Amino acid sequence: MLILPEAAYNQMVAHCLVGLPDEACGLLAGDPATGAVATCYPTRNLAGSAKLYTVDPKDHLRADRDAEARGHAILGVFHSHTHTEAYPSPTDVAQAPDPGWHYVLVSLRDAAPVVRSYRIVDGTVAEEPVSLRPQ
Amino acid sequence: MPVTVHLPTVLRPHAGGARSVTVEGTTVGEALAALTAEYPGLSGQVIDADGSLHKFVNVYLNDDDVRYLSGLDTPVAASDEVSILPAVAGGAVDVGAPAAG
Repeated sequence: MLILPEAAYNQMVAHCLVGLPDEACGLLAGDPATGAVATCYPTRNLAGSAKLYTVDPKDHLRADRDAEARGHAILGVFHSHTHTEAYPSPTDVAQAPDPGWHYVLVSLRDAAPVVRSYRIVDGTVAEEPVSLRPQ
Repeated sequence: MPVTVHLPTVLRPHAGGARSVTVEGTTVGEALAALTAEYPGLSGQVIDADGSLHKFVNVYLNDDDVRYLSGLDTPVAASDEVSILPAVAGGAVDVGAPAAG
């Protein structure tokens, strides 16, 4: 399960909307043992594309260091799908960097954003519940 | 000279769970080769068989991506820190041509 504070949820969705027409991306940090997110780190999409994303490596390093300084760790990544559903694409699955991570998709296809979270282990995708927590 | 290499969570199991490892080297490439020599489970995960940097990792010398320095030939000094992070990328399926109508 991914436990998402409302502030992180709002920051994530806002970053995806601001990124239109391109895909937007960012990292989530918190406690990997429980899946509880503490911080959302919006990052630049180096691919600058409506179909692809690449987390800016410098933004990733900065987020990683900030998370460690807070006693947290990067536990997942989010990105938007601008015209497709909130499900990992074959590219997302093939390039999933860490089996311990949570993979959050924000679909902007419909009027209201749809947020879903997945685990991706050895090419197998499994959806997990997202628990939104008020601050 | 001793260089500290920070490992991402995904590679730590291949290095006995260590978050960082101190190795000897005068360049980033030498430090990473020493790391792989110490932990053979990391071979092919950071440096490819042809000796180039693996496509799906980013390696930093202090704050800078080594791809924008001199790559694996980038010299390191005694107090330098090398960090390895996974490259994080993906994207939607091919959106294709707009639907007719």
